[in-house]
Amino acid sequence: MRLIEWRDRTAPLSAADAPFLALGNGRSHGDVCVNDGGTLLLTRGMDRLIAFDRGTGIVDCEAGILLGDLLHWCLPQGWMLPVVPGTRFITVGGAVANDVHGRNHRVAGSFGRHVLEMDLLRSTGEHLRIGPEEHADLFAATIGGLGLTGLITRVRLRMIPVSSDLMLTESIRFGHLDAVWDINDRLGAEWPYTIARIDCIARGRRLGRGVLVAGRHAPPQPAGTPVPRWRGRSRSLPFDMPFSLVNRHSVRAFNAVYYRAAPLPGRRLQHVHGHLFPLDRLRDWNRIYGRRGFYPYHCVLPHAHARDGVRTLLKRTAASAQGSFLAAMKTFGDLPAPGILSFPRPGVTLALDFANRGPRTLRLLADLDDIVSAAGGALDPGQDARMSVTMFRRGFPQWERFATLVDPAFSSTFWRRMNP
Amino acid sequence: MSATPRRIAIFGATSRIATETARLWLARGVALVVVARNPERLRMLTDDLGIRAGGLAEVDAVTADLADLDALPALWQSMTDRFPDLDGVLLAHGSLPDQARCEATPETMLHEIRVNALSAMSLLTVIANDFEARRRGIIAVIGSVAGDRGHRSNYVYGAAKGMLAIFLQGLRSRLHGSGVTVITLKPGFVITPMTQDFDRDGLLWVRPERVARGIVRAFERRRDVVYLPWFWRPILWATRLIPEPVFKRLSL
Ligand SMILES: Cc1cc2nc3c(=O)[nH]c(=O)nc-3n(C[C@H](O)[C@H](O)[C@H](O)COP(=O)(O)OP(=O)(O)OC[C@H]3O[C@@H](n4cnc5c(N)ncnc54)[C@H](O)[C@@H]3O)c2cc1C
Ligand SMILES: NC(=O)c1ccc[n+]([C@@H]2O[C@H](COP(=O)([O-])OP(=O)(O)OC[C@H]3O[C@@H](n4cnc5c(N)ncnc54)[C@H](OP(=O)(O)O)[C@@H]3O)[C@@H](O)[C@H]2O)c1
Repeated sequence: MRLIEWRDRTAPLSAADAPFLALGNGRSHGDVCVNDGGTLLLTRGMDRLIAFDRGTGIVDCEAGILLGDLLHWCLPQGWMLPVVPGTRFITVGGAVANDVHGRNHRVAGSFGRHVLEMDLLRSTGEHLRIGPEEHADLFAATIGGLGLTGLITRVRLRMIPVSSDLMLTESIRFGHLDAVWDINDRLGAEWPYTIARIDCIARGRRLGRGVLVAGRHAPPQPAGTPVPRWRGRSRSLPFDMPFSLVNRHSVRAFNAVYYRAAPLPGRRLQHVHGHLFPLDRLRDWNRIYGRRGFYPYHCVLPHAHARDGVRTLLKRTAASAQGSFLAAMKTFGDLPAPGILSFPRPGVTLALDFANRGPRTLRLLADLDDIVSAAGGALDPGQDARMSVTMFRRGFPQWERFATLVDPAFSSTFWRRMNP
Repeated sequence: MSATPRRIAIFGATSRIATETARLWLARGVALVVVARNPERLRMLTDDLGIRAGGLAEVDAVTADLADLDALPALWQSMTDRFPDLDGVLLAHGSLPDQARCEATPETMLHEIRVNALSAMSLLTVIANDFEARRRGIIAVIGSVAGDRGHRSNYVYGAAKGMLAIFLQGLRSRLHGSGVTVITLKPGFVITPMTQDFDRDGLLWVRPERVARGIVRAFERRRDVVYLPWFWRPILWATRLIPEPVFKRLSL
C-alpha cells in the first residue's frame, strides 16, 4: 500500500496512484480502511477549521480533523457535536463514511443527519459540493459510503448548544436481560444518552445481566460546586501483549466484579469525555487481545425480533465461553439514517468483541450470523473483517444502487471482498 | 526575563510540526506571525488559526520563499517594522531531500544545504543582532537527530542539520548573558508529509502533536538543546559512541 499525506483540500488526485482510499484515524477494526495494492490517502494532516458561526453553531471543517480536536475547541464555547461514538479519536471524514452513531441515537439519529453539505473530490477531477439538494444521490451514497465515493475534503456540520461540559449520569444494575428493556423504556425520554453493558458470560437465570448507563447534558453548576475536571492524559499499552489477556478466567473475574459486586456510582456529575469516551483512557486497549487480535461482531436487529434475537445471540456466546468484557447494547430510534449504506436503522444494536482463537472463533461467528440473518438484521461493515457476501447483500439491500455511485478509481479491501 | 514570548514568528509555518505548535501557542494567548511560501496554504492555515483563537490572540501572515537568501534581511526588517514587539522565533522550514539525487548532482545537493542550513543561518544572523540589541527574545530552530552523525541514507540533510546545530551552539554561547535564549530542537522520527515514504511502524515514530508539546515546553523552560521525544538523547549518545570503523559498515 502506497501512502500519501493529503495536506490540502484543493489538491488534485493523480490517476497513476489508483485505486485510492481515504484513511481517517484508522479506528475501524476491519478492512474498510485497508487498500491492499492501492494507495491510502492519509487525511489527518487535512484538519483545518474553515468557518464557524458562533450564533448558529454551524462549522465548516476539513475532513481529517479529529472529533476530539473539535470538542476541545467548541465545548468551552457552549457547542457540542450532535453525535459522538465511543471514542473521540476519529476523524470527521471517518464519522461520515461509517455514518457513526452514539448513545443518543434515539433522539439524534446517526452522524450523517447533522451534515449539511460536503465537498467531494472525485477521480474525474471534479470537486463537487454535495448536499441534500445538490448531487443528492452522491450525498446519500457518501454518508455511510465507506470511503468509496471519493475523498471527502470539507464537511459542514450543525452542532448542538450545551450549557456546560458536564453530564449528569446514572448507572442502574439489572439482573437479567428481560429487565433491561423496561429500564430502557423508562429512562428513554429524560436521558438522551443510554448504553447497556452486558455480561456475555453469565448464563441461565443471569443471562444478559448488566449495567445500564444513562447520561444527559448538565446545566452550569452553581459557583463553588466541586465539578469534575478533565485531565487530558490517557495511559497506553505500548506493546501488543504476547498472548491475549482476554480469556475465560480474566473475563469471568472482571465481569463478576463489575456486574455483581462493585458498588455503582449512582447519580453523579461527569465530564463529557469521562462519560462518553471511557475507552479513550486506555489508548490502544485492543492490544490486550495480543498479537492475534480480535474479531469485532457488531450487529443490529430490527425491533420486531430484537428481544428474542439478542437473547439467542447471548445464549450462544455464553455457551461458547469466548465472550469478552466489551459487550455493549444500544437502542436505535426511528430517525432514518440518510446514507444508502448506513448501518444504523430502527432496532437494537449489540457490539461483541472476540479474541481471535482461530477456527473456533470463526465457527462461533458463523452461528451468530445465522441468528442475525434469521432476525432480519445486519452487520456493521465498519467493524468487520469476515462477513460473507450474502450477509452483506442481505443487510444492505440497496447495495446495487450504491455500487453505481462508487468512484471507479476508489476501492478498498473490504469492497473487493464484497464484489469478488 | 519574561516567560513565553508575547509574539512569536514561525518560519515554515505550514509544516505539520509548526502548525501543531502554532495551535498550542494560540490556546495560550500568544500572538503569532506565520511565514510560509505557499500563499494558498498559508491562507488556509491563518483561517484555521483565526477561528481557533476566537479573537483572543492575533494571527498575521507573511508570504516568503526562505530559499531566497538575499531577500531575508529585508523580510525580517519588514516584519519588525510591522510588529515591533516580536520577541520569539521558531524556524521550522526544511526539506528531506532525495539522497540519491543529492549524490548525483552538486546543484541538488547545494540547494538542500541552502534550504536546510543557509537560509536559517542567514535569517539568524539578522535576528540575533536585533534581539541582542533589544536584550531579549527566544530563538528556536528545528534541527534533527540526523545532524548528530552522518548516515549513508541521508548525509546531505544530516550535514545541513549538523551545520545548523554547530552554528546554534556558537550563537548560544555568544548571546549568553544577553537575555536572548537559543534553543536547538532535535526531533527524531515524526509522522508528517516529510516522511510519508518511510515504513512508519514502530515505537520510535511519534505524531507531530507530541513534538509540538515538546517545543512549547522548551520555550517555557528556555532549554538549550532538546531531543523530541526525550528518548532520542540516550539513543544518539549511544550512536555517537560507536567507533567510526564499525559505524561505516552499518547500513543506517
Ligand atoms: C473504542 C471505539 C469505540 C467506538 N464506538 C463506536 C460507536 O459507539 N458508534 C459507532 O458508530 N462507531 C464506533 N466506533 C467505530 C468508529 O467510530 C468508526 O470506525 C469510525 O469510522 C472511525 O473513524 P476513523 O477516522 O478512524 O476512520 P478510518 O477507520 O480511518 O476509516 C473509516 C472509513 O472512513 C473512510 N474515510 C475516512 N476519511 C475519509 C474521507 N476524508 N473521505 C472519504 N472517506 C473517508 C475510510 O475510507 C474508511 O472506509 C468505535 C471505535 C472504537 C475504536
Ligand atoms: N518529520 C520528521 O521526521 C522530522 C525529523 C526531524 C526534523 N524534522 C524537521 O522538522 C521541520 C518541520 O518538518 P515537518 O516534519 O513538519 O515536515 P513538513 O510538514 O513537510 O514541513 C516542511 C516545511 O518546510 C517548508 N519549506 C520547505 N522549503 C521551503 C522554502 N524554500 N521556503 C519556505 N518554506 C519551505 C515547507 O513549505 P510548504 O508547506 O510550502 O511545502 C513545509 O511547510 C523541518 O525542519 C524538518 O527538517 C522533521
